[in-house]
Amino acid sequence: MKEKMKKSLRSDFAFDVIMNLLGICIVLLVLIPLIFVVAASFSDPDLVLKGKVLLIPKGFTTQAYSMVFENEDIWKGFRNSCLYTVAGTLISVVLTILAAYPLSRKELPGRNLFMMLILFTMYFSGGMIPTYLLVKDLGMYNTVWALLIPAAISTYNLIVAKTFFENSIPGELYESAKLDGCGNIPMLHRIVLPLSKAILAVLVLYYAVGIWNAYFDALIYVRDTSLHPLQIVLRNILLLGQTEQMGTNDVGMADKIKMAEAVKYSAIVLSSIPMLLIYPFVQKYFVKGVMIGAIKG
Amino acid sequence: MRQKKVWKNIRKCAGLYAMLAVPLAWYIIFKYVPMYGLQIAFRKFNPTLGITKSPWAGLTYFKQFFGSYYFTDVLRNTVTLSLFTMLIGFPMPIILALLINEIKNVRFKKLIQNITYMPNFLSVVVIVSMLTLFSNRDYGLFNKIRELFGAAPVDLMSKPAYFQPLYVFSNVWQFMGFNAIIYIAALAGVDQELYEAASIDGASRMQKILHISLPCIMGTILIMFIMRIGSLMSVGFEKVYLMQNSVNLSASEIISTFIYKNGIQKGQFSYSTAVGLFNSVINFTLLVSANYISKKTTDTGLW
Repeated sequence: MKEKMKKSLRSDFAFDVIMNLLGICIVLLVLIPLIFVVAASFSDPDLVLKGKVLLIPKGFTTQAYSMVFENEDIWKGFRNSCLYTVAGTLISVVLTILAAYPLSRKELPGRNLFMMLILFTMYFSGGMIPTYLLVKDLGMYNTVWALLIPAAISTYNLIVAKTFFENSIPGELYESAKLDGCGNIPMLHRIVLPLSKAILAVLVLYYAVGIWNAYFDALIYVRDTSLHPLQIVLRNILLLGQTEQMGTNDVGMADKIKMAEAVKYSAIVLSSIPMLLIYPFVQKYFVKGVMIGAIKG
Repeated sequence: MRQKKVWKNIRKCAGLYAMLAVPLAWYIIFKYVPMYGLQIAFRKFNPTLGITKSPWAGLTYFKQFFGSYYFTDVLRNTVTLSLFTMLIGFPMPIILALLINEIKNVRFKKLIQNITYMPNFLSVVVIVSMLTLFSNRDYGLFNKIRELFGAAPVDLMSKPAYFQPLYVFSNVWQFMGFNAIIYIAALAGVDQELYEAASIDGASRMQKILHISLPCIMGTILIMFIMRIGSLMSVGFEKVYLMQNSVNLSASEIISTFIYKNGIQKGQFSYSTAVGLFNSVINFTLLVSANYISKKTTDTGLW
């Protein structure tokens, strides 16, 4: 018996070691590409192009960053994205709450019908072209509205919010509020919202990250370059190689190509910074959001 | 009498209906009107005539798509890319969650979680840019790694053969951690006594994973799987489109990019709507059948 226990303890130890080693591998696998980009962004572009930079910046310079900062398009895109993220998040959160709160009230007649109507859109949709034609018909094409309205509600977020309201606000609370003569609309901001700070945080974050990172709607609905969000500007610079406007004119072609490459790394870092900066503060809310959504399943 | 009561209930909820009216109007306009607009797949759409006045065209556009020489290529690319993505992308978060569940050191556990969630917050433009930079023939990170194994440098992004692996594994890299959250939560809910009982019976750690952890989260896995099946054919347009270039097109042209090019860029609205409808119908059928089979066999389903 003792022999057996010892043996199993030893194999348990081996198992622990393997699991921890695998864990370390995964952490490295995720981190190395990120560290590489940051290291390259602070390195001498010459050394980056020769493949000399790996995880530590070599020939430390912030030249690439100052070039990005000097770029008008990036600034414009950055300002636009900030604006879209704030306005779009506000619209999305308000619309989501306006749907999730009534649908969470079990006494609402027709609630299942409405819910079915909403859920169906998760599994079937008109698709890209009919939506595009609709946006055009509504006169939203080439306006800011095309970026804020057509994708305003995410049904997944709506379900998360509705589930949260159902599970965390007891029915008796509504009953007693009703006895005190509180109507259904005042109940929302007097009772429900003060008790729902967690879900509000989840919604704000989900929507804000989504809008900040989106490029597709801008690609199909917005032609005017002055309306372009940061992601479209990034795509032009990073993937389509539109870097001619960068840098001074008195440098040679070879130098230009070199700088264009260097700028890419710093542009990646700078554009991701807003998300990565808020990340440590908000990740627990993201996790919370997934958990609330999971209760449904 | 009963009817009166129903009306009274409805009147009592007037405030709730008033609130619901706004998002419901949004759903009708932005979700149901496009579904109504799907009929242009069966019409010869003329923008000046509008949707309902354009003449009927029957199945012309469907036939045109099925008969075109790129039909098999586009369909094959879409199906193989989605299957490949699912085959690798679906089990990885489960494996990661099981692994994290086995790590006893709480701080290391948190560290793995926090780090693996991080890439989820990067934009698709950034991800594809990183892929492009890493794939560079002369100085890309991937080629540096290939060099270590003695492989000749290649520009990976311009080789059709590498398109799917790059897509799939970068997806795993980006979403594995975040998709694992749901399984980690499910694992945290498993009754610890089960493990203790198994220890007394002399079960090894691996046996506990296979016979306790995995069966206990099977319900969650199934639900996630059905949802995944329902979007089998809708591989994300955004990333594929950004990864496309003229040389990898033979592997990277999928239904959604095809619709974008023919519809929005070339203005063939009816034709591309027909292609989109074909895609949606397949997705919907897959979802309904997966849900049906799952309900029959395991009693778990989306509805």
